[in-house]
Amino acid sequence: MVATTFVLSCVTAVQWFARVDDAEGASEGLGVIGRSVVASVEEGAAVVEPVVHSVTWWQSGPMKFTVGIQIDGLAVMMLFVVTLISLLVHIYSTAYMKDDVRFTWFYAALSLFTASMVLLVVADNMLQFLVGWELVGLCSFMLIGHWWEEGANASAALKAFLTTRVGDVGLMIGIIITFYAAGTFDIVGINAYAIGPDANHTLMLVGASCLLIGIIGKSGQFPLHTWLPDAMAGPTPVSALIHAATMVVAGVYLGARLYGVFWNGFTISSGGFNAMAIVGAITIIIGAALAFVQKDIKKVLAYSTISQLGYMVMGLGVGAWVGAVFHLFTHAFFKALLFLGAGSVSHSGAHHSFDMKKDMGGLRHHMPVTFWTFIIGSAALAGILPLAGFWSKDEILATAGQGEFEVFMAVGLIGAFLTAAYMTRCVYLTFFGTYRGHGQPHESPKAITVPLVVLAVFSVVAGLANAAPLGIEKFKTYIEPTFAFPPVTTPDFDIVLAGASFFIVAIAIGVSGFFWFRREELHALRGLTERNAWAGTGYRFLINKYYLDDLYEGVIVAGIKGPIARASYWVNQHVIDAAVRGVGQVARLVASGVYTVDQTGVDGAYNTLARETGEAGGLLGRIQTGRLQWYALLLFFAVGLMSLALVIVR
Amino acid sequence: MDWFDDWALTLAVFLPVVGMVILLAIPRADEQLQKIVALGTTLLTFAVGIVILFRFDYDNGAALQFDVNQPWIDVINSRYHMGIDGISLPLLVLSMFITVLCVIYSWNHFPEPHNPKAFLALILLLEVGMNGTFAAQDLILFFVFFEIVLLPMFFMIGVWGGPNREYASIKFFLFTLFGSALMLLSFLALFFLSDVQTFDIAELSELGGSGIIESTQTLIFAGMFLGFAIKVPMFPFHTWLPDAHTEAPTVGSVLLAAVMLKLGTYGFIRIALPTLPDGAVNWAPWIGVLAVIGIIYGAFCCLAQTDMKRLIAFSSVAHMGFIMLGIATLTDFGINAAIFGMVAHGLITGMLFFLAGSVQHNFGTREIRRLGGLLTQAPKMGWILGFTTMASLGLPGLAGFWGEFPVLLSAYQPAAALSEVTFRVYMVIAAIGTVLAAGYLLWMLQRVAMGKVSAEFADADIHDVTRIEWITWTPILVLVLVLGIFPNLLFETTNASVTQLTSVFGG
Repeated sequence: MVATTFVLSCVTAVQWFARVDDAEGASEGLGVIGRSVVASVEEGAAVVEPVVHSVTWWQSGPMKFTVGIQIDGLAVMMLFVVTLISLLVHIYSTAYMKDDVRFTWFYAALSLFTASMVLLVVADNMLQFLVGWELVGLCSFMLIGHWWEEGANASAALKAFLTTRVGDVGLMIGIIITFYAAGTFDIVGINAYAIGPDANHTLMLVGASCLLIGIIGKSGQFPLHTWLPDAMAGPTPVSALIHAATMVVAGVYLGARLYGVFWNGFTISSGGFNAMAIVGAITIIIGAALAFVQKDIKKVLAYSTISQLGYMVMGLGVGAWVGAVFHLFTHAFFKALLFLGAGSVSHSGAHHSFDMKKDMGGLRHHMPVTFWTFIIGSAALAGILPLAGFWSKDEILATAGQGEFEVFMAVGLIGAFLTAAYMTRCVYLTFFGTYRGHGQPHESPKAITVPLVVLAVFSVVAGLANAAPLGIEKFKTYIEPTFAFPPVTTPDFDIVLAGASFFIVAIAIGVSGFFWFRREELHALRGLTERNAWAGTGYRFLINKYYLDDLYEGVIVAGIKGPIARASYWVNQHVIDAAVRGVGQVARLVASGVYTVDQTGVDGAYNTLARETGEAGGLLGRIQTGRLQWYALLLFFAVGLMSLALVIVR
Repeated sequence: MDWFDDWALTLAVFLPVVGMVILLAIPRADEQLQKIVALGTTLLTFAVGIVILFRFDYDNGAALQFDVNQPWIDVINSRYHMGIDGISLPLLVLSMFITVLCVIYSWNHFPEPHNPKAFLALILLLEVGMNGTFAAQDLILFFVFFEIVLLPMFFMIGVWGGPNREYASIKFFLFTLFGSALMLLSFLALFFLSDVQTFDIAELSELGGSGIIESTQTLIFAGMFLGFAIKVPMFPFHTWLPDAHTEAPTVGSVLLAAVMLKLGTYGFIRIALPTLPDGAVNWAPWIGVLAVIGIIYGAFCCLAQTDMKRLIAFSSVAHMGFIMLGIATLTDFGINAAIFGMVAHGLITGMLFFLAGSVQHNFGTREIRRLGGLLTQAPKMGWILGFTTMASLGLPGLAGFWGEFPVLLSAYQPAAALSEVTFRVYMVIAAIGTVLAAGYLLWMLQRVAMGKVSAEFADADIHDVTRIEWITWTPILVLVLVLGIFPNLLFETTNASVTQLTSVFGG
């Protein structure tokens, strides 16, 4: 099924390429993707309208809301990425998840995820987008908690769902605001409104800020990133597909889809600082820093993902639309590769452990395919020329530099340094040194290595799709939105920046490599965290993840679950309900007063009636016969009086 | 089929009475026959409902259909006037549908002290009241049906309930009766003060409170507000609900949550808003604030619960808060969403109560702390619980979403006479409530369904979903999914009536 979806999405992609090519007069078709470079640059903005089909979904008042699809370059790109990686993950899992307790269930959830993701990607309106968005969240919940017998996994699943749900509050409100501003849920319509002359800037600012909260939740941005490392509790193929390549980039995709709103709201065209770029920048640094202190290889990759998502969000914030989307594209391949590689290491080399320090080391001889593909993935992530990561990261940084966002460019360069350094550490701990595990490490089966190789190939070549310095801008040509949209620019190639970034990466690898390979000889540095108070404090700060988890779980969640919930319930029982009971008591006193005064035949009649009913139901006999009727009578008497009063007053 | 159109609603309401009479004539020992008669009656009633569904003119949804208007109590100009429009139709059918399922579920699940004859008779009587309330177009008639509902529920809780049943049943009865009394007072005031002295709801809606000055409208609205708000129940009149739910037998809880709570919200939409528009405008901000307090407060109380059923009961307070917020906006968006929410909540929360009942049946307890690993011991039930939980927290693609997101949408822009700022604040608070909803529901799911099987029940004989349960639950689960994917099935039905209703508020 997934294979079919993949084929379908490829067909869609080919058709889209063909359309764009047709429009550019390059009707030779797809066989010559690399060819028409010059032609496409020259021909410039040929307009290919996105393909939109929709039907009525629901209506309310005069409005009719639709559900539909919108196929344009961006959607095609995402479809390709989602279905390709999903397919590879499905193949990979046949080996990796063999003999799992819930094998079938796992596949069902994985396929449901793919379907939901596709629903999100092709959505032509924000409501449908929201539906897909929530459904992928559900699948993420189910798959993180796949082994729910363990309390920790169930908690991680819950944490992921709830944290993203916090972001969803922002998303929902953002969607509502843009709906009322633009008068539609349609993506094309909202963008057209946002960059049009009638756009209300304040509304767009509020809307963009709310949507940003959604992005922060879904795409693991600071300060809601804490769920993503915990999400590693799920099976590794899930981490690769959902928590690296596809679902977590849904936030970035949202930013790219509704770019007009952000463009207007955050006045991105004018440079300087804005919330989106700042959030991204902070995330780059804090994510990368945490990757240094992890023992678990998947956690290193998780923090790396957070950091890389930071690049994408920052990219959107600094006006590097193409760069951000391009980075999304390349990152999907090399990060999925790294995760699947980590899974392979764990599966065949480390007895299903992910602890680099205890159970890995020296695996390069035992698992050559995994090793080499992992090296390619790491290099692509670190941004080594000419692998994928270099081109996309460079694109973001160059745009930042040329759009008066110099600070963010600097942050990006620091991030590049950190990235290269922690990946060197990770590679060293896993594949070099001596083997610290207790098993017989061996290469993984074909079902695992083949996807690795495929992804490695993409990690090498994907960057060339938009290698601006070489004059290739095929990627931009294809994905560039053709409806009303903020100007999509690509920066001029900056040889100094590219050189600097390459140099920084080289130094990072050198320093980190020197430290790790010569660790035995560097006595001065060993045990530094125990000896030096500052280093120790810094280390603890990182190990404790900036204490954010303590704040969220220990203070906020525990506060709500504990004191606040208990206090509410106490108020409920001891204030509100006590008042109700008090009223009941008073009524009862009054009633018994009346009862003593009026002990006549009426009462007897009621008693008889009540006894009859009581016997029938077996109850009333036991509950102070007659009281109930008295309350009723009293109430109706009061009503009668009051209604009389009202009539008189009138 | 003309005779059918004339008799449809009368049949729908009074068929259960016939069934009840037959049932009472059956000897007590012949339980099988009693069950068959009860099931037959509810099925027949439901069949009437299905035919109504097919014969309903959806293009003309705003008009009263299947109209019956006969003299009843001439002295006070009260008439036997029944009719349904797009607002009543879904609720009427929901009521018939849930009753059938409740009878089926009861088949082998009669709670102590057993006595199927009385139990089934009460369910049938309850159905009379519920169907009647949704079909009545005369205030006195409405009131009579509204009150009929109390009696069977009182006995159901009081006789077949849990350990604290007597307290719970009396509290339920008196609390709602108190509200009803004030409501009746308002009805009378409306009758005396209107330009035309009538109890006819359609006529009164047509009048739209003309002849009654604004301050008086506000006062009269207060009475109705109390009557309906207690039934909903809205914060701070909700305290009867957790007790009633906790003590009620499973089927009682289901009927209470699925249909009876809707009588209150329906009352607001059908009677309070159209007959007293000025009063409604004055009250709307206050209803809104109580609604959002209910959303947040209900969620907090949920988090403090240790009993599954009590937790679900408090979640009703929160969910009904969304519905009331939708109504308080006085817009077509909001009220359409509120009606959707009513149906969705009826199905989903009803389902949750069924599940709580089956958990109780299997484990002998609903203490969340003692449970765990339901997914291991009864995987199917565990997954159904997961599905229902997701539906309840408003996952898109399932019915709950359409009673939640559109409400938020409507609160952004309430009716022209209301303050936008106030309602936008409500919207944000309510949106935060969705996170809390996810929190308490998933926390419950985690503790009940996930994790390891608790040692206490490791050797217990646990049945996964039985055949009776499948028959009862499948239709609900399917409907939750179908309405989630094709929301227009419901929106299309209600829209015309709602648009007509809200036109008076300029929305």
